[in-house]
Amino acid sequence: MKTLADLKKIREKAQEEMKLRGSDARIKIVVGMGTSGIAMGAREVMRTFLEEIANRNLTDVIVTQTGEKGLSSLEPVVDLMEEGKETVTYGNMTPDKVKKVVVEHIVNGRIVSDYVVSTGN
Amino acid sequence: MYKEIFSKYEPTKDNLIYILHEIQDKHPQHYISEDAVDKVAEYLKVPANHIYGVLTFYTMYSTTPRGKNIIRLCESPPCYIKGTVNILRKLKALLDVEIGETTKDGHFTLELCACLGVCGNAPVMMINEDVYGDLTEEKVEDIIEKYRRAK
Amino acid sequence: MSLKRIDLLICCGSSCISAGALKIKEAFHRAIEDKGLTHEINIIETGCMGPCDYGPVLVIYPEGIFYKHVAIEDVEEIVSEHFIKGRPVTRLMLQDEEKTIRMQKEVPFYQKQIKVALENCGYINPESMDEYIATGGYEALGMALTTMDPQDAINIVKASGLRGRGGGGFPTHIKWQMVHDRQEKEKYIICNGDEGDPGAFMDRSLLEGDPHRVLEGMMIAAYSIGASQGFFYIRAEYPLAIKRIRQAIEQARSIGLMGQNIFGTDFCFEAEVRTGAGAFVCGEEMALIHSIEGERGNPTPKPPYPAVQGLWGKPTVVNNVETFANIPSIFVKGADWFANMGTETSKGTKVFALTGDVRNTGLVEVPMGITLRELIFEVGGGIINDRKFKAVQLGGPSGGCLTAEHLDVGVDYESLKARGAMMGSGGVIVMDERKCMVNVAKFFIEFCVEESCGKCSPCRIGLKQMHHIMERITSGNGREGDIDELLRLGESVRNLSLCGLGQTAPNPVLSTIRYFRDEYETHIRDKSCHANVCLDLMHFQIDKDRCIGCSLCSRKCPATCISGSREEKYTIHQVECIKCGNCFDVCPVKAIEKIPGVPEEVAAHKARKAAQKSDDLF
Repeated sequence: MKTLADLKKIREKAQEEMKLRGSDARIKIVVGMGTSGIAMGAREVMRTFLEEIANRNLTDVIVTQTGEKGLSSLEPVVDLMEEGKETVTYGNMTPDKVKKVVVEHIVNGRIVSDYVVSTGN
Repeated sequence: MYKEIFSKYEPTKDNLIYILHEIQDKHPQHYISEDAVDKVAEYLKVPANHIYGVLTFYTMYSTTPRGKNIIRLCESPPCYIKGTVNILRKLKALLDVEIGETTKDGHFTLELCACLGVCGNAPVMMINEDVYGDLTEEKVEDIIEKYRRAK
Repeated sequence: MSLKRIDLLICCGSSCISAGALKIKEAFHRAIEDKGLTHEINIIETGCMGPCDYGPVLVIYPEGIFYKHVAIEDVEEIVSEHFIKGRPVTRLMLQDEEKTIRMQKEVPFYQKQIKVALENCGYINPESMDEYIATGGYEALGMALTTMDPQDAINIVKASGLRGRGGGGFPTHIKWQMVHDRQEKEKYIICNGDEGDPGAFMDRSLLEGDPHRVLEGMMIAAYSIGASQGFFYIRAEYPLAIKRIRQAIEQARSIGLMGQNIFGTDFCFEAEVRTGAGAFVCGEEMALIHSIEGERGNPTPKPPYPAVQGLWGKPTVVNNVETFANIPSIFVKGADWFANMGTETSKGTKVFALTGDVRNTGLVEVPMGITLRELIFEVGGGIINDRKFKAVQLGGPSGGCLTAEHLDVGVDYESLKARGAMMGSGGVIVMDERKCMVNVAKFFIEFCVEESCGKCSPCRIGLKQMHHIMERITSGNGREGDIDELLRLGESVRNLSLCGLGQTAPNPVLSTIRYFRDEYETHIRDKSCHANVCLDLMHFQIDKDRCIGCSLCSRKCPATCISGSREEKYTIHQVECIKCGNCFDVCPVKAIEKIPGVPEEVAAHKARKAAQKSDDLF
């Protein structure tokens, strides 16, 4: 390492690893991980999100979890929050649906209306 | 043993403190013997009285044999405020020794030491390398018992 | 790169470790592996987060949830409830009156704080250089090396108004300038990690929690003064700090931040760690230098100052750990940003170690000039069990104590000094109404007597005499005139001692006489300790109205000096009583009271013995 630019490179890479502790991600994915969500497969949903995002090297997205919303019949429920936009809630998610949401919504910015249960805060 | 330790350090005076630390750590009775002082003096080519000067200046060195476990109770102000006196009384009673003494079975040596820097959890003591905080008389009893069982 | 969804930060500062943090960390590793979550959760060991009183503490990101007093048994629940089901465990959160505090940033302890030196402590993994770099680490060094000459760098420190955080508050830039101006080729920079006053543990926390920051600060100083060799002098009592700094040096070397031509410039630098072996006086800079040289850590007269003749006779700058930790931020955020915090003469922030009878003990960083009231009652949460505040000792055994009337004094170098206390390293020992100030002052003097190196007579003999008088007063043999004698001796020791230790050691006695003279007087004249701390000046007594005659006290008395029966109740025979306090502790109905003063029969007994002794002499 010989220049400030080299240092910047190390910094950017390291910041990736620490993203969870900052909150300047573009998109935040919140998976409902209450008992019913898990019973309905929220763990697989979560895992697929993590894998897909890592595979595509999406660096401005964070995945996190929350408790139950009470929408038992729609579990697993996932909220997609984007800076300056309304929150989109997807229901009855499966790993296949997750893959589609990642491609369509997160990468291309098109909401997958078939899976949407509600929008707004 | 000395040869091995000396091989790690250049024979310069500024290495004296490390050499002494290592000799003491390696000795089963955690102290620095007369023989060791002579050996170090020879290696560093300084008079033995210089070694003694340094040895007796710093509180972490001992010139007398000590126990297997060294208990160092912090006697600094924040610990004092929080009742080191009671802990010391308890330790003396449990081990049947005075400060600086070693138990008959050679298992413990009781010492006082300056600040261990864990003042937020005063009173504090250190047994060998482990620090125990928020001490109460009951807690001390449990801790000592644990070390006794580990005989 | 694997993507994780949770960062679990476990505070592994010494306090939390002493409360079992490492075992908790292992338990998390096991539980997370059992549940197959290893690839989803990062377990990160951080340096001290500050609120040691709540230890062991955890912070869980991305939410920033704060858990306190976590026990091994709680690990399972946190993993299965919080990590798997997303339901944070409320019972482990901090309760503030009726409110449950979820987030770390909501904890009142953190609210008045502004973190500069402690910015990363408890936030990053101290063993990862990458994490330090991610927070902007080594940018200040790169900037200084590639865009400034040494004089520019010194000017920035000058403009920031930074003063030494280790005790005296000497302006940092003056030390740097003096060595910068020396023509010698060989110069040294030393980081003083031999913690100042007992009770101040910020230096340990910084070295353990953010070692690269201290190293970066040292390197900027080295560049400014023209040194290519640096030493960290760290107390042997801090094994973890020693390990972390050594590791940081190696990591820096691995990417070329240590060694030859750093950042492609002419600047070359090597650092190494030296340790002490247990001697308080080695915090004094000349003593420290002698200790590094392998000598007894005796102070030597100044001048010559270390800036002229320091380590191995070469110009040397000795700065404290916290001073170095401020440097990178001053360079990145600007001297003005730093100078805008604090007061006219004391700029920036200061880390304080809150200890003693305060509710939230721990490390806090606040702007200079904050009042003692804010520090103790708002950040510190007030006195344990809502007892009354009596005094606060600032600056450790070299400092002085202040009282309730000073609570609105702003904490800065000058205001403290004007009132007989000092900043020191920032140790704040809070005392409640149950403390005897005479006894506390005796304890401080005792500490300094033990730690005096014995080289100069005012300190060696003067302190011993002061201790002797204090011993006399607290054991009920005080004489008229003792207070004046203490004042006279104290002044002499202060004015004539060679180094800082002796010059400041009388402070606790002088300041307690200044603010609590009446306590000294009752000890001497009335032979009474109102706080019931000095055992020779108090006694235990059984309140017959409350005594139920259970005989427990009598059975537990090691001096067999309690007698009585169920009907007559029990009585303590004062002359034989050794004041062990067993009876006080065991009484099930709290019928045993501590009463100030010497009971008549004991006084009479003492007088008889004294008379007998003088008879024997003739």
